[in-house]
Amino acid sequence: MATTTGTPREPDTGAAAASDAGGDLGAAGSQLSTAPKEDISFPSLGPIGWARWFWRQLTSMRVALLLLFLLSIGAIPGSLIPQTSIDPVKVEQFKSEHDTLGAIYDKLGMFHVYSSVWFSAIYLLLFISLIGCIVPRTWQFVGQLRGRPPAAPRRLTRLPAYTTWRTDAEPEAVLDAAQRMLRKRRFRAHRAGTAVAAEKGYLREVGNLVFHVALIVMLVAFAVGSLWKSEGGKLVTEGDGFSNSLVQYDDFKSGPFFDTDTMEPFGFSLKRFVATYERTGPQKGTPRIFRADISYFTGADGTEHHRSIEVNSPLDIAGNKVFLLSHGYSPVVTVKDGRGKVVYHGAVPFLPQDPKNFTSTGVVKVPGAQTKDGKRNQLGFNGLFVPTFGGKNSGSMFSQFPAPDFPVLAVNAWHGDLGVDSGLPQNVYQLDTKRMKQYKDAKGNIFKKMLMPKDRLERGVRQHAGVKGGLTAKDVAADSTMQLPGGQGSITFEGIKSWASFKITHQPGNGLALTGAVAALLGLAGSLFIQRRRVWVRAERVEENGVGVTVVEMAGLGRSESPRLPDELGHLAEALAPHAPLAPEPPAAEAADEDPTEPTDSADPADPSEGARA
Amino acid sequence: MTLAAAANETLAHQSNVLVYSAMAVYTLAFLAHMAEWVFGSRSKVGRTAAALTGEATAPAAVTVQKAQQGGGTAVLERPKIVTRSVSGSRDVPDGPGAHGGTEKGDLYGRIAISLTVLAWALHVGGVITRALSVQRAPWGNMYEFSTTFAAVAVSFYLLLLVLKKNVRWIGLPLVTTVLLDLGLAISVLYTASDQLVPALHSYWLWIHVSCAIISGAALYLGAVATLLFLFRDRYEDKLTDPDGPQPGAFAVSVLERLPSAASLDKFAYRINAIVFPLWTFTIIAGAIWAEAAWGRYWGWDPKEVWAFITWVGYACYLHARATVGWKGRKAAVLGLIAFACYLFNYYGVNIFVTGLHSYAGV
Ligand code: HEM
Repeated sequence: MATTTGTPREPDTGAAAASDAGGDLGAAGSQLSTAPKEDISFPSLGPIGWARWFWRQLTSMRVALLLLFLLSIGAIPGSLIPQTSIDPVKVEQFKSEHDTLGAIYDKLGMFHVYSSVWFSAIYLLLFISLIGCIVPRTWQFVGQLRGRPPAAPRRLTRLPAYTTWRTDAEPEAVLDAAQRMLRKRRFRAHRAGTAVAAEKGYLREVGNLVFHVALIVMLVAFAVGSLWKSEGGKLVTEGDGFSNSLVQYDDFKSGPFFDTDTMEPFGFSLKRFVATYERTGPQKGTPRIFRADISYFTGADGTEHHRSIEVNSPLDIAGNKVFLLSHGYSPVVTVKDGRGKVVYHGAVPFLPQDPKNFTSTGVVKVPGAQTKDGKRNQLGFNGLFVPTFGGKNSGSMFSQFPAPDFPVLAVNAWHGDLGVDSGLPQNVYQLDTKRMKQYKDAKGNIFKKMLMPKDRLERGVRQHAGVKGGLTAKDVAADSTMQLPGGQGSITFEGIKSWASFKITHQPGNGLALTGAVAALLGLAGSLFIQRRRVWVRAERVEENGVGVTVVEMAGLGRSESPRLPDELGHLAEALAPHAPLAPEPPAAEAADEDPTEPTDSADPADPSEGARA
Repeated sequence: MTLAAAANETLAHQSNVLVYSAMAVYTLAFLAHMAEWVFGSRSKVGRTAAALTGEATAPAAVTVQKAQQGGGTAVLERPKIVTRSVSGSRDVPDGPGAHGGTEKGDLYGRIAISLTVLAWALHVGGVITRALSVQRAPWGNMYEFSTTFAAVAVSFYLLLLVLKKNVRWIGLPLVTTVLLDLGLAISVLYTASDQLVPALHSYWLWIHVSCAIISGAALYLGAVATLLFLFRDRYEDKLTDPDGPQPGAFAVSVLERLPSAASLDKFAYRINAIVFPLWTFTIIAGAIWAEAAWGRYWGWDPKEVWAFITWVGYACYLHARATVGWKGRKAAVLGLIAFACYLFNYYGVNIFVTGLHSYAGV
């Protein structure tokens, strides 16, 4: 449109120039794409007219573009504001820090953006628009496949790529040769009047439709995945196991359609957990290896298999996947009560409070403990565990390194009623001290002690803890047992085991999602890399100075981005030339400014490029 | 064991030396490019204006098909192809390039390219020695990612030059940003060479991250072209409307030497269209990896969200180009927004947002 030629514009090209590539070429240029026509006129009819108008708007490219844009904008807040589905603790923290903002965000669903009403509305509208777009485009495309490439436009010179020459061969022979040549190059070609019309690159449209259908497939897969999924966590200490039933999970959530009766029978036990860390350099303490060595069984036969699970390699078992999530330490303790009887022996998982160096806390609950004289006296211990103690002089109980180089367990003790008999579920990592009393020493100070593991003390291992010369057991009270005041019992730190926590997921629809993704990729490649283009060859006999000669014209039309089209047309012309050998040009003076094939058009000087050439 | 560690430290050190040397040579290339632009500005041809007002030579986009004008009969050896730009676009020839047709400018331009090749070789050497020093893909943290990213962007540029594409105009902006990127990498983002955390031990690292880097580097070239398109298009618009405001002398001098708006737009489109499937694949590969590492292929982690936003952004761009009333400048703006999303995903999300993808190392 911006081409200025200084000559008046032909009325019928003026309007069309604003539209698509082939806009001024009538039928020949139409339908090169199945993109919907833009229609921004307003409806005049009643409700049906409005409904139709609304539907046309919804399925227009313009609105698809708008909805896509909204989708990307709408996705932003979820990446900047804490999300319940990712980190509920952070959400609570945010709410407590920002009173009003938190309330507003809550109302707007900002803490669960991707399942909020407005976000769902955007993508559902987009997908309705998509379906409303795909269906008619598919029909249209099927129509194009059944029909034939459109006949040659009147003036081939207007097309983006054009060539012409004269030959002594007969028009019929030239056209036959052209048709054969084009078909050999996998064009769909047919004769229409004095021209051959040919088209190629239909796979572009196929690719585009496949891509858009694949987007729907992916959405469906995503929906199936979230409606039927199940996901649970389980913390397992070395030597312990898990089997797949609801009661065994520490926490469990599932999609609305998940049926707990269909849970697959399988299980595993943790033999050993291996973790290594960088020992020197600026990245000291950075984890290097996490590996859970397990044995598992599946189905009824219960045969054991051995394997290890690592961060990037889950166990795939009976339609479920078992992932390694995190790990920590479980001090092994023995508790005796006032009667001197062992009332508890086992490994107690402690939760890391500091994810880098594993300063961890945990509790030991001993509901079966009694006093010397046989009275009920439930015991509870609060423990703080550090895998690498900094030494007595470090002044803190923070761990210095994640590996158990110099493990120390600090405990204090409570007695009374643990509250475990009330029937209410209890947090196993916390002591409910409402009805308990803390043991104090004679001076009224809290009774506490730092313990070292008995097995290491017995082995007399010298701990290095990253310090030259190393620390020895002398640096703390070299003891593994704390005696409770008044002979009310004791707790012994026997040794350390590791625990690993696993995520067990069942998510149907993964295969479908992958299929959709691959189809989308292939469709996209077809849609973007294949050019759809049309080629016409016209051969007509003209009389020149009483001599008959055949004028061959070839022209090509692609979509707006078709840089290779002129080259291709050149190759086609060369391929045709042997069947229509080039004859001498007529004296140029006569036809210098006009298209020699169309003497009737001589009154039309409006062709922009011809004007520019003059 | 300690011997190997020492060898690795030597390699890591060599890598740093190579990257610093590359920066020094890039700086020289930058100066040579500046000289090219300065000498080029002394040619006063006014090509675009002439073409647009239609007074001078024939537009390059139209090759005349008549063999000879001067009477007699001529024999064509082979059919000649006439091309015509699509109705609705201007027929404007490309500018001559930064040197503006001057010999001196051209000489400096060639020097700049030679220096860029040298700097590139040092730069790639730096990336490779870094990889050798850690014996893994050199994409474990932001420092490594940034240096590789710039190396790939320059590789693309040189590759296009080797293929004889008209891309010399991108030299100055590219070298400038490569210097910025490397400067940021060695000062703010630097991380000593080291092993990977277990979460990154996976061959999907190779696939996913290399695709992300290649996509980003190519999209960057596309974004530069898009930005220049916006300037050049406005400039051509002003020229076609002699009654409206005219561009200033400096703008004319610079913009006149760039390729035509149509060429820039086509360049940007082709890159974006080629890279879009690769970016799609990057996201899919990431999803497969996430499935293996975390048990879900999509979890709306900030990094995933921004990869998605970038993807939708480029889908917007491609749609806009197929939508009447949106092609041209509006589509270009969408393309730039989409690239900004890519950048944010890299700098913004790594530094300001915490998520599962915590490899920034800063
Ligand atoms: C779910 C969101 C959508 C995404 C991610 C998407 C993505 C894309 C992409 C990347 C292309 C470029 C391929 C090419 O140029 O050939 C494209 C083309 C196209 N899309 Fe979509 N699309 C979406 C929805 C829609 C909707 C709702 C419509 C219907 C109005 C639509 C109609 C089209 C058409 C007609 C083309 C081809 C344009 C042309 O002929 O060049 N798309 N789409």
